[in-house]
Amino acid sequence: MHPADLLLVLVLLMNFLALGASGMRVCIRAAALQGAVLSVLPLLVHRDPGWNALAMAAGAAALKGVLIPGLLTKAMRDVHVAHEIEPYVGFVPSLFLGAFGTALALLFAGRLPLAPEHVGTLIVPASLATLFSGFLLLTTRRKAIVQVVGYLILENGVFVFGLVLIEAMPFLVEVGVLLDLLVAIFIMGIVLNHIRREFSSLDTERLADLKE
Amino acid sequence: MLNLAIHLLVVLLAPPFLLGVIGRTKAAFAGRSGPSLLQPYHDLVRLFGKGSVLSPTTTGIFLAGPALAFVAPLAASLLVPLGSPHAPVSFTGDLILFAYLFALSRFFTAAAALDTGSSFEGMGAAREVSFSCLAEPALFFGLLTVARISGSLSLSSMLAHPWSLGWLTSGASLVLVVAGWFIVLLAENSRIPFDDPNTHLELTMIHEVMVLDHGGPALGLILYGSSIKLFVLGALLMRVAMPFGAPDPWLSALVFLAGMLLLAILVGVVESVMARVRLVAVPQLLVTACLLSGLGMLLLAGSAP
Repeated sequence: MHPADLLLVLVLLMNFLALGASGMRVCIRAAALQGAVLSVLPLLVHRDPGWNALAMAAGAAALKGVLIPGLLTKAMRDVHVAHEIEPYVGFVPSLFLGAFGTALALLFAGRLPLAPEHVGTLIVPASLATLFSGFLLLTTRRKAIVQVVGYLILENGVFVFGLVLIEAMPFLVEVGVLLDLLVAIFIMGIVLNHIRREFSSLDTERLADLKE
Repeated sequence: MLNLAIHLLVVLLAPPFLLGVIGRTKAAFAGRSGPSLLQPYHDLVRLFGKGSVLSPTTTGIFLAGPALAFVAPLAASLLVPLGSPHAPVSFTGDLILFAYLFALSRFFTAAAALDTGSSFEGMGAAREVSFSCLAEPALFFGLLTVARISGSLSLSSMLAHPWSLGWLTSGASLVLVVAGWFIVLLAENSRIPFDDPNTHLELTMIHEVMVLDHGGPALGLILYGSSIKLFVLGALLMRVAMPFGAPDPWLSALVFLAGMLLLAILVGVVESVMARVRLVAVPQLLVTACLLSGLGMLLLAGSAP
C-alpha cells in the first residue's frame, strides 16, 4: 500500500463529514482539515522532495488549512448568518449520494489507463470522489458560504489529481491552481458581500425572486 | 481448560472497571475527582443485594430479558480472543453467531419491555430496534472486510491475523472499518452521542427506557450484561485497531488490557466533548457508520486484482 493512501482515506472521511454536517462551522472545519491533510501529500508522492516541495506544502497548508477557512469563518461571523445549513437534498440522501459517487470513482479509476505507479493507489479515485462531493455540496446547499466550501472541496479534488502529474510537470501547475483558488475566493467574498448588502441574507433561494 | 478459565475470569471481572475508567475520565474533564474506579462493582453488589418487585401483569418473558442480557454477551465473549491468540470456542462462520447473539439479547430486552404493558417502554423498544437495524449492517460490512483481509471466516483466526501485515497492505479500508465500528460501539452501548446513560429524561432515552420496570437483581444483571457487551465489542475493535501482536502470551495480554483502557478513556473523552445528538440525527450518524464500513469493503474489493 502506498503511504499516501492513509491520508487519502482521511480526505475521503472529511468529504463525508462535510456532506453530513448540519452546522456551518463543522463544514468549514472539515474543508480546512482536508486542505491541511492534502498539502502534506506532495511530499509523500514525490520521489525526492526538495526545498521547493517543502515550500509548496507549507504554502498549501497555510492557504487551504488556515487562511481560506479563517476568511470563511470571519465571513460567517460578519454577516450574522444562521449556522444551520438548509440543504435542498437532505443530509442522509447526500451522504448516500456521496458514497455512491465514491463507489463509482473507485470503479471508474480501476478502468482508467494509468501510469503503472498509480495503479494500486487511491490518488485517482480519491480525487474523483472529492470532486464529486464538492460538486454535490456546491449544488445542493442553500447558503452561499457552504457553496464556497463546496467549491473549496472541489478544488481539493483537483489538487489531488495534480499529484498524478507531480513527476512529469513542475510545481507550476500546483501554484497556478492555488493562485486561481485564492482569486476565486476573493471574488466570492466580494459577491457574498454584495448579495448581503442587496438582500440582507445569504440564502441563495431568495435570489430567484429577482425574476418576478 | 486453563485458557477458558482465564478467559471467563477476565470477562466476568474486567468489564465494570471499564465503566469506572469512563466515569473517571468524564470527571477529570469536568474538573471533579469523580467516583472511585471500583464504583460500578459497588453498584452491582448493591443491586444484587436488593429484593425484587414484580408487577402482576408481567409474565416469564419479563425475567427472560435480564437473563438474556447477561448470558448472550457472555456467550459472545467466548468467540472473541481477548489477549490470547485463540478464543475458547471457534468454528467457521461464528461471526454470524457473534452478531446475532447480541440481536437475541436485544430481542428479549425489547420483549421484556413490551411485556410490562407500558406504552412508554414500548416506545423505547421501538427506538432500540429501529436504530439497531442501522447499526447491524455497519458491523457486518466491517466483519466482511476483516474476513476478506485475513482470509478466514471464524472470529478466532480472523482476529489472530497478524494485523501489522494487514495494516501495511490494506490500511485504508481498515481505517474506515475501525471508524465505522467505533460509531457502532457507541450506539450499541448507548453511549453519549446516541444516548446518555446517566439521564432518565423520558423523551430522549433509548435503551434506558426499556429497563425502567426492572429493579434489584434483574437491573443488576442488565447493567452487568451491558458492561460485558461494551467489553466484548471493544475487544473486537481493539484487536483490529492495534497492530501489535506479541509472541509472549503475558505480554500480549498486557497489550490487550492496555488497549481496552485506552478505548475506555477514548469513550470518556468522546462523552466529555460531545453533546447527545437529537433523536432525528441518530439514524444519520448510523448511516454514516454503515457507509464507512461499506466503503472499507469496497476499497478492498476495488484494490484486489
